This record gives sequence, C-alpha cells and structure tokens, in this order.
Amino acid sequence: MIEWGLYNYWVVIFLMMTGLYVVISRGNLVKKIIGLNIFQVSVIMFYVSMGKVRGGTAPIEAAGFEVYSNPLPHVLMLTAIVVGVATTSLALALVVRINEAYGTIEEDEIRKIEADEDAS
Amino acid sequence: MEALWSLIDNDLPALQIAVPLLAATLCIVVRRPMAAWTVAMVVAWGSFLNAGVILHRVVTTGTISYAEGGWPVPWGIELRIDLLNALVLLVVTGICAIVLLAAPRSIEAEIPRDKRYLFYAAYLLCMTGLAGMTITGDVFNIFVFLEISSLSSYALISQGRTPRALTSAIQYLIMGTIGGTFILLGIGLLYMMTGTLNIVDLANQLAMVGPNRTVLVAAACIAVGVGIKLAVFPLHIWLPNAYTYAPAVVTAFIAATSTKVAYYVFVRFAFSVFRINLNFDSTHSNAILMVLGISAMFAGSLVAIFQDDIKRMLAYSSVAQIGYMVLGLSLANEYGLTGGLVHVFNHAIMKCGLFLVLACVLLRMGSTRLSAFAGLGRRMPLTFAAFVVGGLSLIGVPMTVGFVSKWYLVLGALDAGLWPVAVLILLSSLLALVYIWRVVEVGYFSAPPEGAEVVTEAPFSMLLPTWILIGSTLVFGVWTSLSAGVASAAARMLIGGVS
Repeated sequence: MIEWGLYNYWVVIFLMMTGLYVVISRGNLVKKIIGLNIFQVSVIMFYVSMGKVRGGTAPIEAAGFEVYSNPLPHVLMLTAIVVGVATTSLALALVVRINEAYGTIEEDEIRKIEADEDAS
Repeated sequence: MEALWSLIDNDLPALQIAVPLLAATLCIVVRRPMAAWTVAMVVAWGSFLNAGVILHRVVTTGTISYAEGGWPVPWGIELRIDLLNALVLLVVTGICAIVLLAAPRSIEAEIPRDKRYLFYAAYLLCMTGLAGMTITGDVFNIFVFLEISSLSSYALISQGRTPRALTSAIQYLIMGTIGGTFILLGIGLLYMMTGTLNIVDLANQLAMVGPNRTVLVAAACIAVGVGIKLAVFPLHIWLPNAYTYAPAVVTAFIAATSTKVAYYVFVRFAFSVFRINLNFDSTHSNAILMVLGISAMFAGSLVAIFQDDIKRMLAYSSVAQIGYMVLGLSLANEYGLTGGLVHVFNHAIMKCGLFLVLACVLLRMGSTRLSAFAGLGRRMPLTFAAFVVGGLSLIGVPMTVGFVSKWYLVLGALDAGLWPVAVLILLSSLLALVYIWRVVEVGYFSAPPEGAEVVTEAPFSMLLPTWILIGSTLVFGVWTSLSAGVASAAARMLIGGVS
C-alpha cells in the first residue's frame, strides 16, 4: 500500500529536482530564474507541510479546539517568500540590463559574444 | 555623554545590526553622494569601534548573550558573541570601514554620479547582512542575513564598468540562491528533528536525538549551501568572474568579508551544531574536506599563474587561500583550526590590501592587465611597494601574516601525523611565489612602453587605506596576540566543546 502520509514530501522532492534541472539545463536566463523559483517554492512547501498537524486548526485559542498546527515554520516562510521575491526581482532587473547590453538573454549567445571580444 | 553611554551600553550587539540597516535607508534619503558617504563612514567606523569594545568584553568577561526584543532564549532570537565570532566581527567591520576611505575616489571613475548614493546604501546593507550572520545565535537568522548580504553584493557587483559585470552578477545570483536555498532546506530538516532554531539549544537537542539519516542529510545540505558561498574548490566557479568584473572597491570589500563570514558559518555548524552528532571519523567528512582544500590550494594557484588580468589572478589566488582555510578546518585539531581561523583574519587584511592596490592601478592606468604594470615600480612607487609587501605575505614569507597562518597549518598537519600535507602546504606556497614574481618582475624590471603618458602616484585617500592594510600585514606578522591569540583561544573552545 502506498503511504499517503508522506505524499507532500514526494511533491516537494519532485518540485525540487524539477527546479534544479531547469536551472542547470536551460540556457535562457528567464527560464533559469523560473527554475530557481520552482526550487525555492519546493522548500517553502516543505516547511509548510512540516508545520501542519493532522486535524489541527490555525493556532488561535478558541473553545472546542484542542489541536493546533505549528505556526513557526509557516511564519518563517513569510520571510523566505520575501527573500524569494527580492531575488527574483533583482534577477529580472539584471536580465533586462543584460538584454540591453548584449541584445540577447541566451547564455550560449552571450558566451559567444564574450569570446569574440576576448579574441579581438 | 555618560547618560547616552549607559543607555546603549547593554544594547551594543543589537546596534551592530540596527544602525547600518537604518543608515542604509538614510543614504537613500540624503541622495548627495558625499553626504551618503559621510553617513556610511560614520556608521562603518562606529561599528568598527563597537566591534572592538565587544571583543574586549568577550575576552575579559566571556560570551555575551543578548535576547533580541527581550524575548527569552530559546524562544526569542538570540545574539550570541563568543571569541570566535567577536574576532570575525572585528575583521568584517574593520574592512568595511577601511575600504570606505578609498571608495569616493575609486568609484568616481566607475559609477555614474546619480547612482553613487545607492552604492553606499547597498554597501551598508551588505555590511548589515555580514555582521548579522556573524553575531546571530539563531540558524534561521543566519539564512535571512545571508540573503541580505548576498542580494546587496549581487547589486554591488553588477555596478562594474563592463557588461561582463552583469553576467557575473547573475551567475553569482543563481549559484548563491541555490546555496541559500540548500541552507534553508538543511535548517528545515534540523528544525524537524529538534523543534528549535537556537544554535546552543540545537546542539543540545541534536546530542539527545543521536545520529540518524535526517541529521546527516541536513548536514549535507548545509555543507553544500555554505560551501557555495564560501567558494570551496569545486563550487567556486562564480568567484573569479565576480571578483574580476566588480568595481575595484567592491572586490576589495567582498573578497575580504563575504567568504570569511561563510567560513565562520561553516566552522560554527561543523563544531558547535553537529559536533556531537556527526563526529568527523564516521562520515569521513574531514577526509573529503581535506582533499577539497588541497585541490583548491593547487588548482587555484596553478590557474592564477596563467592569468593575464591581475585582478583575475588574485581572484584565483583567493580560491587557493580558501583551500588553506578549509584544510585547517579539516585537520580538526587545535593548531589546524587555529591556522584556519587566523587565516580568516590574515587573508582578509592582505587580500583587501592587494585589491586596493589594484584599485589604485585601475584608477591611474585604466587597466589591471599585466601590461599596465610595466615599469610601475618607478611610476607609482608607493602603490607598487604595497603590492610587493602584500604579495610576500600571500607567499608566506616570515615577518608577514601569511607566515603566521602557514606556521599554524603546518603545525596542525604535523600534529595530526600527516607530514605529506605539511609538504604540500609548502609546495603550494612556491606556486604563490611564481604568480607574484611575474608581476614584480614586470613592475621593476621592464620599462614602460615608449611614449607612455606620465602617471602620478595614486591619490592620498586611496594610498592611506591601502597602506593601513598592508602595514598591518607586517604588524600582525610580528605581533600576533590579537589575531593568533584570540584564534587559538577560539579553537580551543570549539575543540574542547566549551561554548
């Protein structure tokens, strides 16, 4: 029988590997950044799954609720999301500047332009 | 004055983070480049002074623990300063303050006037992140400050003159973000096992959990993540480009601080967090690190010999020097670790001094290629003399700081019974001699090209910080009670497990 209790973590691992593969294999800088985002999101999902207690509610004290989810990992992820947004926006800003300077955002073309510069 | 002092007396550790963070926004508000520089100078030198006071307190009265916002440890975030990070903090803030002296003249040629205030803001943010990583006692906080310092350093690097600065910055950004995310994942796994984020508490809880696979995976994730930021040998590919194409002062600043703080984090995790749980022998991690360290020493130095751009040469030399630090860590005995830690201090001052020399050369000659150094010994004698002294220190000639580090590393290798490692340390120093000699030869023994313009010595505002650093490589090469004294006390503390 398949253990469905760990289903979240399989998703996390799948997303993580997808993200990492995209970063490594794609030459287009925007696609690389998308890969980076998928990679970061997988870790965010990992933390969120970790804090969830089965049957638990939001950690607000109220009559009739006994089991609460752990709020700390969820709060940590607010910070991680902010970090992710900052990274993505900085990366995209750099990509815009690279496009202005080189006229392309394909890594192999950029490398070719740089190699031609070195040769001349 | 007395009233003011008593007001901030207990909050010195928090000021180390809060003041540069707020001052960075102030830089954006004031907008005028010189005003922003003044703000940055006051804050950086204030932080340096503060770090000195903190180090003095740690040495005299022991570890400082500061509960941020008054929340009791381990629930709240703790700033925890012991001998190890007090020394690193002093190095980081000191380098920030000294490099800033050279900044206005150097960036005049590299950064347009309307962007200079943003440069100082990013500089202060980077300093905030590095200081925060150094003094925090909370692992998640390390991640947050790591990202603050990384993001601002990507922005600083991208300000270089050529479009290559942009591609180097994005390469570093991609590598750095993967590294940061791996650290985050490792921290998550540790939290899963222990339910705590405080370093001291984490170490105690892990000791109770005992060895298991989750902890091992966490250690691997953190090692890879920090390894990328530290630029350990096979993970160093972002470093040469980033150092070569960044503005000259940014290279001096980042080369001397960011990898050093990453090394500190590595040591902290290896010896304070995982020490009981993952002893080095069972996982062979010290053997792996030793191989990587030695490979870095040779690969970095060999590649450095064939570089035409001197800035790139020194960048590869940094890869080699990081190899020495990692080797010191992998020896895992008192002398070896002392060597690694003292090299953090020593390498920071000598490499920062050398990169400032290159900033002077770039300002006057417009290039840092080897051809620009022709006859430089006569054209810019003070600048070039600084390069020679810094180079000697890089090789490890006695009376310079480089010798002190290598002395401890060799002692550590012999103490561990690994005499071939001691021989390899000496052999790799010979490679450093080769790449430094190439430049010295061109500088003193070849004539400047016919009809070359007359160049003047670098401006005083840049020579002063260069010679402060280069001079201190000589001072700390002889007087070692601050650097090696504190480093060996810190190493004893880590090895002995008294934290």
